[in-house]
Amino acid sequence: MNIYVLLKRTFDTEEKITLSGGKINEDGAEFIINPYDEYAVEEAIQVRDASGGEVTVVTVGGEEAEKQLRTALAMGADKAILINIEDDVENGDQFTTAKILAEYLKDKNPDLILAGNVAIDGGSGQVGPRVAEQLNIPYITTITKLTIDGQNVSVVRDVEGDSETIETSLPLLVTAQQGLNDPRYPSLPGIMKAKKKPLEELELDDLDLEEEDVEAKTKTIEIFLPPKKEAGKILQGDLSDQVKELAGLLRSEAKVI
Amino acid sequence: MSRKVLVLGEVRDGSLRNVSFEAIAAAKTISEGGEVVGVALGSDVSGFGESLIQYGADRVVTVAHPSLAQYTSDGFSQALLGVIDSEKPEGIVLGHTALGKDLAPRIAGKLDSGLVSDVTSLEETGGNLVFTRPIYSGKAFEKKIITDGLVFVTIRPNNIDALEKDGGRTGDISSLDVDIKDLRTIIKDVVRKASEGVDLSEAKVIIAGGRGVKSEEGFEPLKELADVLGGAVGASRGACDADYCDYSLQIGQTGKVVTPDLYIACGISGAIQHLAGMSNSKVIVAINKDPEANIFKVADYGIVGDLFEVVPLLTEEFRKLKVGSN
Repeated sequence: MNIYVLLKRTFDTEEKITLSGGKINEDGAEFIINPYDEYAVEEAIQVRDASGGEVTVVTVGGEEAEKQLRTALAMGADKAILINIEDDVENGDQFTTAKILAEYLKDKNPDLILAGNVAIDGGSGQVGPRVAEQLNIPYITTITKLTIDGQNVSVVRDVEGDSETIETSLPLLVTAQQGLNDPRYPSLPGIMKAKKKPLEELELDDLDLEEEDVEAKTKTIEIFLPPKKEAGKILQGDLSDQVKELAGLLRSEAKVI
Repeated sequence: MSRKVLVLGEVRDGSLRNVSFEAIAAAKTISEGGEVVGVALGSDVSGFGESLIQYGADRVVTVAHPSLAQYTSDGFSQALLGVIDSEKPEGIVLGHTALGKDLAPRIAGKLDSGLVSDVTSLEETGGNLVFTRPIYSGKAFEKKIITDGLVFVTIRPNNIDALEKDGGRTGDISSLDVDIKDLRTIIKDVVRKASEGVDLSEAKVIIAGGRGVKSEEGFEPLKELADVLGGAVGASRGACDADYCDYSLQIGQTGKVVTPDLYIACGISGAIQHLAGMSNSKVIVAINKDPEANIFKVADYGIVGDLFEVVPLLTEEFRKLKVGSN
């Protein structure tokens, strides 16, 4: 089976966000594989181990994303593709990323494409469905279970807490929701092997794309931090009095009850 | 510049979701004096058109088709693209719900358009429509403009006020025939887990439990409190990882990002990832045994104590208040 994983390098969830010069300050920040994409990598490896084939992880980004691709290779992916847009695209958006990925994938005949359902930085959740649409294959978002039998696929999907069981067939794109699996940690031999696994770097030119073809449709004009929350009021006294006071405050002061 | 803006009315459990009325309000701003056209899709769409108009749509287009009884991306995208093709709108607004998140990117992909997802506020300034949305799960926000073509956005529930319902408002409701075929995904079964009432993303009140809840049964007092307040129950990652509850309840940087009017955190220490998912709630109450717990730093009100003592007392107190106010 020809399996692709769409992967994004993101800020570690532990990181505090600060601004410098109106942009997110990346100095000294730790970066990770987007946690939802990690589920996608794990699932891809499990599908390959069960059905055979090859797992290719693809990212659109800059040079630094090589580290996260190597991590995916160390987990067990077979190949990695870094589509490096550093020199060509200054301010891409989801249209940009999806267009590039679809252009790369269009002649690869993927049977299965996996992605995270959302990236924890931009948080738009657009790229997976956009890529599927451009490749004209079906997609299912926020999946928590994937079962493949030949060409037939059964998927359980999380819909705001409800579970939908969906039947479809390959080729297919799915986006991973939490609960799909427990991503493995790369083993030491895995990390050693990953160093020798193929990691190919491409640029827009290699995909016959011009900068205009992928020009963003939206633009960020400002980034700001939410107002700092003042520490609130810790209630004192007898527990039952505290509870009474709280209920009163919520009603009369905060007016939310 | 006035625009014609489509709003998809989303139906859950047989009625239109509140976020669709909020979307009409957003569409009014985007239309800048143009027309707001509600869209209702389903196997039976009777009644929805009137509601959309009462909440501010100027007119409504419906597509009724047996294949639209349940949401599938293939069915709904064909229906909505049919309406788009016939109406040629300059703007589209959907709720940033499971349906909106699934459908909007596909429509944007098909139309080669931009899409601003998860918008929490919008304004018209200096001739630009400016959309504000959270990034890094609410640790920061960005303001975006659309530089090319269609003004296409999804809005986060509970953040943009719907217009006042006007029962006397009328408008044209027309139906459109759209050919819907080749559904490539088939829904075999739906298990309702969230069920017991209110969806987390739309809940005005959320009672969330963390590791301090200690067990699956430990969530029971939280559920009772949620019932009394008409709220929903959520959880921290710690509680989900410990199998006290389903991952669908998880609030945080992975999981749901919520902004209810009232968030009561019970036995949640307040890891940065959890705070990212809830710290933009309007009012936060923390209940925790540990006075040093991080959660108190973002809480408006805190009670240092055992949640198993505090929560039932609180439930009792609210019950009394409710009776008093009736």
